[in-house]
Parts: sequence; structure tokens; C-alpha cells
Amino acid sequence: MSDLAIAVKNVSKIYKIGLKESLPDTFSSVLWSLISRPMKNFRDLRSLDTTRIDAGDLGKGFIWALRDLSLEVRQGERLGIVGSNGAGKTTLLKILSRITEPTSGEVGLRGRVGSLLEVGVGFHPELTGRENVFLNGAILGMRRHEIDLRFDEIVSFAEIGQFIDTPVKRYSSGMYVRLAFAVAAHLETDILLVDEVLAVGDAAFQRRCLGKMSEVAAEGRTVLFVSHQLGLVRTLCERAVLIENGQAVFQDTAEKVVDHYLRSSIDDTDAGERRFAEDETKAFQITRVRVLDRHGSVTTSFTCEDPVVIELSCNLRRRLPGLYGYLTISRPDGTIVVESDSHDLPPNEIDSLSVGSHVISIEIPPRTLAPGRHVVYLNFTSPTGEDGFQVDSPQNVVAFDMTDPFTQRGNRRKALAGTLLRWEPSPSDPAR
Amino acid sequence: MERSETAPVFRIIKPTRGWRNLDLRELLEYRDLFLFLVWRSLKVRYAQSILGVGWAILQPVAQMVVFTAIFGYLAGIPSEGVPFAVFTYTAILPWTLFSTSLAEATESLVAQAQMVSKVYFPRILLPLAAVVARLVDFGIAAIVLGGMLAWYGIRPTPAVAAVPLLVVVLLAFSAGAGMWLSALAIQYRDVKYAMNFMIQLFMYAAPVVYPVSLVPGELRSLYALNPLVGVVEGFRAGILGTGPLPWGWIAEGSVVAMTILVSGALYFRRKERVFADVI
Repeated sequence: MSDLAIAVKNVSKIYKIGLKESLPDTFSSVLWSLISRPMKNFRDLRSLDTTRIDAGDLGKGFIWALRDLSLEVRQGERLGIVGSNGAGKTTLLKILSRITEPTSGEVGLRGRVGSLLEVGVGFHPELTGRENVFLNGAILGMRRHEIDLRFDEIVSFAEIGQFIDTPVKRYSSGMYVRLAFAVAAHLETDILLVDEVLAVGDAAFQRRCLGKMSEVAAEGRTVLFVSHQLGLVRTLCERAVLIENGQAVFQDTAEKVVDHYLRSSIDDTDAGERRFAEDETKAFQITRVRVLDRHGSVTTSFTCEDPVVIELSCNLRRRLPGLYGYLTISRPDGTIVVESDSHDLPPNEIDSLSVGSHVISIEIPPRTLAPGRHVVYLNFTSPTGEDGFQVDSPQNVVAFDMTDPFTQRGNRRKALAGTLLRWEPSPSDPAR
Repeated sequence: MERSETAPVFRIIKPTRGWRNLDLRELLEYRDLFLFLVWRSLKVRYAQSILGVGWAILQPVAQMVVFTAIFGYLAGIPSEGVPFAVFTYTAILPWTLFSTSLAEATESLVAQAQMVSKVYFPRILLPLAAVVARLVDFGIAAIVLGGMLAWYGIRPTPAVAAVPLLVVVLLAFSAGAGMWLSALAIQYRDVKYAMNFMIQLFMYAAPVVYPVSLVPGELRSLYALNPLVGVVEGFRAGILGTGPLPWGWIAEGSVVAMTILVSGALYFRRKERVFADVI
């Protein structure tokens, strides 16, 4: 017990979610709703406060974000938290960082806790970089003299240089994010909770962020790390826990948990086809995903000379401005090989779909992928989504295998890309 | 919060029920954040504006001009022997401090929704910082009053020493009301809309544009339940010498202000645990 940094015991959290309203359609019901609506609004708003409800008797519109979750983390351990969207990962971090209280259960924490659920909290565009560093540091729980002490380090980490006294509204988005992350990275707490904030900045900056994170852990501080980038979880964490539907379903080394997660999420994908039950509440929904060969038949084994067609059947029930799709093809260890956004080749056709059913085909050209197993991940988002940013997120949907019977190196190829390169000799030029 | 050499304590988080104490020790730990929040509010308010801090003067002065024209000149409301302009400006000062700080405190949580839902800190700092930041505007607007006193040749009485105490009562009142309303506004946005016009109406419940002598005698102790009555009359008595300090009203108003302050802080603490969920 003495070397535990975090002990989570049977923690549950209930949230209220929005329910679709039925609109009044007759004159008398309009009149009636004028009177009854304020009362209903009051009850709805009041029930946002879930400390009032009886957990044994949950009505419609409530969900268990966490359910009887238990977890122990030793001091100095780096624990990764993986799971699909809405599994409860962020809720867990919010409880650990005291942003919200659990509905039941209890949590023990040893030492000072710093949480990075988002970078740049409290940044004000009118203030200069210097002023925002102090303000943001104070918001994250640093004392003024602590920030003074690390100020130069923060500025050099962010590579802001002479712009430190410029209002941040004049910063490029890259500079803004670098400065925001730099402040957070210099937070000295015994326990650090990090939620997906490493996915910022350019590749070089991301590498330095990762270095900083390993440094933090090497100093013996405890790190909890939530990420969808499974490759990151594997490199950064020793242990990991898989959270599904608010429960910790699998705990082991990061390696094993990531493999287990990937396998479990693609278990039923061997047929190269996956169907989803119609969900009328979703404005846009993927109803079927198939992996097709060049003749249009479903298969899961391809040679590197074949094109791979990913076919999405979808249903748009209500127009969603700004809707776009995101797809990745990754290896079973989480390494992303191909990343595609429907914005990549303008116009973004997904945004101009009419209401109704559609079929979208995405072709991966021959010789793109190397031999081995590949997993397809899908996510549809809209910045104006009525239910938040996420519109439909089927995540890891189908998987397929590539083989290379044509080249000498064939299936022993270790590369992520399947491209073949020509070795082209030409007569040497004596003048050179 | 230095990292101590001894093993850090094991802190337990579990669902809390009912009333909670203020946890002053934690507030003290976060004093730097409090100062930064006050400073940010000051710094940001007049950023990229031409008049800048001049707005802190322009607004009460414009009110004074209109009130003097309408209530002093047209309606001929008496002003206890001093020019109506300085009579009403002496009241506009504390009134503006109250109304602006209350409005800002009420909106403080909703306006900082990102902070509330993404980071832990004692949320009570937000309404309190909003109130304290308005003290600076008050100080700037008070310079104009000094000029008016010199112009009209009015000498403050020794009772002017009571003014800081009156300001404390006023701050307690707006901080208390601000904590009540901000904790309600985070869940019910109606509070914000209601407040915009309620504050305008509430001005007539204080002697800003008329003297207390117009209020019927038997109603005055009821009237003085509004802490602004004792404060405004105290300002006039101390600064303009319109009479002895109205200690009875000041005491009455102070009791009300303190009750609102304490109950506001308790209510805020009780609701604080769900702010991140209901925002």
C-alpha cells in the first residue's frame, strides 16, 4: 500500500445526456408547451446535477461514464489508458484531477497532482506570451516563484524567442500550441495526468514532447497517459489498462494491452465486412463497411499488386455542415501507415452529401501497403455537430492481409510501404 | 507548493454530500492565481481600445450628466443643499462598483467554462477576482469626484474616514450576491438575462438619483435592508457633509451584506462539486 501513488476503488460516475425532444405539432400543443416547457426545462437542467439522483433507479437519459472501476498505480509508474471514444478515459482523469466528483467509490492520491486535459487553458489572446505563461502556470497550480524559476526553460522549449512579448493573438497556431505545451511540460507534480495533448505541433516538436515525457517519468514521477495513438502508449508506458464501457477490462504490460485492444476491436472483422445497426439518433451513420477486390467481391486477402477498395455505405438523416471523414490504415501494433481525410483532395465531397443513403469508395492503389495485416479505422466528425464534435465513430472496423508473392524479398519485407523502387544504372560521367 | 522531502500525504477523494467548509488554507495556496486573475481582468478589459482606462471615467460621468439633467433639472428633485451633480456622482461611484462587479461576478463561471471543465482550482476565485478587479475602476472614477469637490469648494468632513469601511460592506454585498448568482447561472442561464434588467431596476431601490428624505419615514428601516442605502448615505455624509453618518442604516445593511456573503460562499461551495458536470 505504501508505494501506491493512485488507488481507485469501485469508482462510478453517472452523467446526464441529452434526449431528443418531440416538437409540438398542433396549435393547442404549442400553447400547452409554452406553459409546460419552462417547467420541463427546469427539471432537465436540474437533473444535470447528478448528485441528486438515485443510482439504483436510473431513468432515461443517464449513462454510466464509469462503473465500479478499480485501478492501482505504483509510484513512478507510467500507465497508459486505452479504449474507444466514450469508454470513460477522460472521465477517469477528471475525477483523479478533482475537476468532478465520482458518483460513488473513492480515490486515493499521493502527492501533488497536475492534469493536462487540454493545453493552453486560460490563455487570453490579448495577453503577451510572457503574461500567458504566468497566468497559465498559475491556473495549472504553479506558484509565481516556481514559474519565475522555469521561465527561461519554458521559453526555450517552446522556441518562441523574441515573440515572447507579443500578444498571442498574433502567433501562428503552431507557436501558440508550442508555448501552451511548454508551460504544461514544466509542471512539477508527483502525479501527472495527460489526455491526448501530445498530438500537437509539428513532428519535431512532438518528438521533443515525447522526450520530455520520458524525462518526467525517469524522475520517478507517476504518469497517467490517455491516447488513441497506440504506438505512443507502447513506447511511453510500461503498463496499460483497457477501459470499455466505464470498466477496466484488461490490465497488463502496455505491449499486451495494446495488442489485446487491437485484436478485440477487429475480432469480428475477418469477413472483410461489418454492418452496424441503424441508430436513428445519429444524423450521419456508417451502416456497412466492406473490403473489396478489383472485381467488387468481399475479401480479406490481397496481394501487393492488387488495389484495395474500402466501401462505406452510409446514411445521412440530417444535414451536418462541415461533415468530414477520417480514415487510417494501421498495422496491428498501432503504427499508422496511411492517413486520409476527406479534405485531402478538395472538394470535401462528404460535406455536400444529400440526405439519404450513399456508398463511398476509397481505393488504395497497388503497391502502397507492405505485406502483413492492416486495420481500417474510421471516424466522422463535424465542427457543428449537434451532439458535439463526434458524429459517428465506428473506429477499428475491418482488417485485411497483404501478401507479396511477386518479389524476391516478398513477405519478408519489413517496410511499412510496399512501393518498389527501380535501381537504374547509367554510364558514369568521367567529368564528374 | 514546493515538493516536500517527506513522503507526500495520501489524499482521499470521494463523493461529498451537503454543506462543505470554505477550505481557507487551499484558497491561501492559490493566492497567486487569484492575483493573476484580477490582473488579467484589468489588463484585458481595455485592450485594443482608444480611450483605454478612460472608459472607467466616461461611463459614470455620462450617467451623472444625464441624471443631473433629468432628475435634478427637469424633475427638480432636491439634493440636500449640495449641487445635484456632485450629489448624484457621490452615489454613482459606489453604485457602479456594485452593479459592474456583480454583473461580472455572475458571468465569471460561464465565461471561464473552459477553465472550469479542464482544470481543478478553487472555483470561488473566479467571482471574487471579478469583484476585486472592479475596485480599480472605482479608484479611477473617484479622481473625478476629487475634482468636482474642488470645483464646488466642498470640504469632506472627518467622517470621510468611514468610507473604506463602507467600501468593504459594499464588496461583501456584491461578492456574496455574485457567488449566489454565478453558482446559479452556471446551471440556469436565465440568471444572466434576468440580471441585466434587474440591476437597472435595482438602482431605484437605492438613493442614487433622489435623497432618502423623500422616502416615507416609517418605511426607511425596511428600505435600509438594502445595504446600498447605508453605503450611499454614508458616502454623502462623509464626503459631502450632508449630515451625520447614518450608523443605524449602515449597521442594518452590514448585517444583510454579511448574511449574503456567508450564505453565498456556503451555497457556492455546495454547488461547486457539480460545476464541471452542469456547465
